[in-house]
Order: sequence, then C-alpha cells, then structure tokens
Amino acid sequence: MSNLSNDLVVRFENVGLRYGLGPEVLQDIYFELEAGSFHFLTGASGAGKSSLMKLMYMAMRPTRGLISLFGRDVAITSRKDLPNLRRRVGVVFQEYRLLNHLSTFDNVALPLRITDTRESEVRKHVEELLAWVGLENHMKAKPATLSGGQQQRVAIARAIIARPRLLLADEPTGNVDDRMAYRLMHLFEELNRLGTTVVITTHNQQLVERLAHPVLHLDGGHLHAPTRSRDTFDSGDSDSDDDQIAMPYDPDVLNYL
Amino acid sequence: MISRTDLPLDHDAHARFLPWLIAFMVYLAALAVAGILVLNSTVNRWDQGISGTLTVQAMPSDGAVDVSPKVLQDARAVLSSTPGVLNVTLLDKQDTLALVEPWLGDLAGEADLPLPRLFDVVIDPDAGIDMTALGRRLAIAAPGVTVDDHRVWLDRLVRLLQTLQWIALSVVMVIFLVTIGTVVFTTRTGLAVHGEAIHVLHLIGAYDSYVARQFAGRALWLGLKGGIIGLAFAIPTLLAISYFAERMQMGAVSENGLHLYHYITIGILPFAVAFIAMFTARTTVLRTLARMP
Repeated sequence: MSNLSNDLVVRFENVGLRYGLGPEVLQDIYFELEAGSFHFLTGASGAGKSSLMKLMYMAMRPTRGLISLFGRDVAITSRKDLPNLRRRVGVVFQEYRLLNHLSTFDNVALPLRITDTRESEVRKHVEELLAWVGLENHMKAKPATLSGGQQQRVAIARAIIARPRLLLADEPTGNVDDRMAYRLMHLFEELNRLGTTVVITTHNQQLVERLAHPVLHLDGGHLHAPTRSRDTFDSGDSDSDDDQIAMPYDPDVLNYL
Repeated sequence: MISRTDLPLDHDAHARFLPWLIAFMVYLAALAVAGILVLNSTVNRWDQGISGTLTVQAMPSDGAVDVSPKVLQDARAVLSSTPGVLNVTLLDKQDTLALVEPWLGDLAGEADLPLPRLFDVVIDPDAGIDMTALGRRLAIAAPGVTVDDHRVWLDRLVRLLQTLQWIALSVVMVIFLVTIGTVVFTTRTGLAVHGEAIHVLHLIGAYDSYVARQFAGRALWLGLKGGIIGLAFAIPTLLAISYFAERMQMGAVSENGLHLYHYITIGILPFAVAFIAMFTARTTVLRTLARMP
C-alpha cells in the first residue's frame, strides 16, 4: 500500500438497506475506505456482503443513510454524472455476468470500448491482460465454452482493464485452484500498489490469513470495525510460504494501468 | 450507425418481422401518397382552369328564335365595364350549334330551335368578382341573361377530392403511427431480452446513449431494408395503376399522372420511415433506461 493517501474513496454513514417490505439486511453501516487501501470483506452466507458490494458499485440505492464515493454523495449526483463515477469502479461480480454472445476478448474490451478508446489500444491492452491471466489461447472463445475458473479470470480482467480507482471483487477466487487464487491476489495487490483501492469478499479464510490486509466483517447485517486479518481469524495453521505458492509474474505487464 | 455492437441485436427473432412490416407500411403509404399527389394536381388544375373563366348565357325572349342584338350588346357592355373582366367573346350561332350537335345532330340548325347565345368571358382569378352582383346587373340591363361561373358543380367536386385527400393523409398518418408502435414494441422486447447485458453495460459505466445508439442503428438498418422492399413493390404497382387508368381513359383525374417529382417524393418514404424507426428506438431506450438507478 505504497500509494496510500488520506483521500476517502468510500464513505458509508448510517446506511440501511431492505428489500421491499422485508427486514433490513444491512443496518447502521458506518465505514470509510481511504485511497490505496486493501480490505477483505468477510461474513457468513446471508450476512449482507453482496448487498454491501451492490451499494458500493451503485447497482442499488440504500433505504437510508449516506453513501459517498470519491467525495461525491451518490444520492444527489445527477444521473448523467453516474456513468463517469461507475467507470472509476471495477467490479468482479460473484456470478461473473459475462456477455455470453461476446468472445473473451470482447468481454474484456467492454470497459475500454464504452469510453471510445482507439481499437489499437484496446487490442494491445486486452491481449496483454488476457496473457497475464493465462487466457491468451482463449481470446475468441465464448464464455459458455470456458470453465468456471476461466470465466472468473475473464471477469477479473474485465474489471481491471480500465484501471479502476476502486476495485470490488465478490468472491473472485471462488472457482480457481490455489495457485491461480494466489496469482490473482498478487494481481490485485499489484493494482493496489499502483493506487487502486481494493475490496474483496471471500469465504477463503486461509487466503485472508496469508495476506495481511484489514478485514471488514459483516454479521447479521451489522459491520464490525476493520481489523487486521491475522487478528480476525485463527491463524494457527497458516504458513508463510506465500512466495512459493505464488506464480512469478512480470509487474511490467500492468505498466499501462 | 455503429458497425460494432455489444448487444446481439442481429439475432433477435422478435425483430425479424420488422422489415416486412415496415415494407408493407411503406407500400401502403406510397399508394396513399401517390393518391394525395394526383388528387392535389387534379384539384389545382380544375380550380385554376375554371376560376379564370365564366360563361354568360343569353336566352331568346318568348316566341323568338334568336336573341335580340340589343340584349347581346347590353350584356357585352355590362361585362366589359366590370373590373376584373379581361376578355369577352360572343360565340357565334355556328359554335353554339356545334355544342348541341352531339345531342341533336344536324336538326338543330334546320329546325330553327330557340338556342341561347353564349359569352365566353376570361376573368382575372384574383380580382374577386362578385358573381351575384354581376348577375343582378346583367338581369337589369339585359333581361334573360344569366351568369354561370361553374362554381356550384366545381366546388362540390373539389370538396369531394379534398375529402379523399384528407382520407389518404389520415391513412398515411395511421401507417406512421402503426410503424412507431411496432418499433416501440420491438425495442421494448429487445430491452427485455438483453436486459442482463444492458445492466452489465450500465454498471461498468456505459452512458444510456451508448446502448440507445446500438438499438437506433439497428432500427435504422431494418427500417431502410423494409422501406426499400416496400418501395420496390410500390413502384411497379403505381406504374400498373397509371397504365390501366390511361387505358380506361380516366383523363379527368389522371391526365397529368405521376410526374418525376411525385416519384421523388414517394422515394423519400423509406428514408423517412427508417429515420422515424431510428428516432423511436432511441427515444424508447432512453426513456426505459432512465428508470434504472
């Protein structure tokens, strides 16, 4: 987290969320994320992790409270300004949400194309990133022909291709093996080192233990204050050979970001 | 229109009927517009042709075969002194006989029938001559002389043709409204079918106009395709109607027929419909997406 500054990227104040007339799934949420921070978001199934993420990537509006992104109150931001705000947020959706009729290449290229980036630039960056996530031989493949892990990597590549200032990843390592999981986490850390604020939801306690980042823990719709990951989980069985598990990679691949 | 689209609109089964429906609409619109144009030409021709002339008729007095020269002289004097009258020509008896010859044959001249004498009067259509006042003055100065400005029967015909024009125009409007409704329906179905992809585009920061552009481009293409198909069927139909109208000697209506500028007007229809389809699709998408958070 070398690029950490005091700028607030995310600020939740007294936020509550309910679906329809049901009970509040999120209650009295207060937290702030500084620029360049890296957080895990943990909690049991149904604790409200995905709902909290949806509020952060503006797929939903809160029932109450204030949400501020990049210093702007989302509730009073005009609709025509919201796309620009969303472009600063990269999202790895839990269910990937790839466009099935598009190739791997075109799926990853989407965030660049909606900003009318030159096609030569699009090609260069997408090919580099797909090579990095190990999908250089699947550029023309449609999502339906890819495995779950491959689809997940496409989703991650799409989320980071435009170098978001905030990266939200909902279970980004759920369908990949340990080697690829650590490789992807290194990618997120590299983005974070370059200044991207990262929030990752996960059930993978081992992963959280090994990477020493603060943890936001949700329990029954309530958010607990950030703690260091090694304090949150019983880390008795964790080992410290991350470097042996992680794949070596060339940091220069992300230079364009 | 953009060449690359992120939405698979080309494969939409629900949109496949759209070009054919638009083709049918353009076909009907072309026929209706052709009707409007021909009727318009006819009305103008009749109106201009008749409004520049009037006929004055002098009847022989009771028991006489010929009209008194004094009556004719007085009538001519009244007509010549009326502002707006450009020329007064008295048809001679032979011309009058020629007019009734189709009904009476040569007998009319030989039987000493009491025939009226006619003045062919050329007037300035813009002079606004009061025909009633003129008729009164003629009746006083030259008893038995009446004015026929052709207005009564002509106005009825013109009104009939104008009614037909309005009906044809209404048909064109209905055709455009149906086209708009169909495009709205097709676009909304497309939005529902591609809802997931559109939501993803929305969440990664695509402007509504980015999505709308793809639907609008597709609607423009389908509209043009359908419009040109419709026109391709309409032109031969119009040529055939013109041909048969000529064969049936419907000169009163189709004397002028369709001119080049009429065909150019009809040729604009596919483009007009395509642009309406494009604009409708774009508006529909923007209005629908405006409801997204």
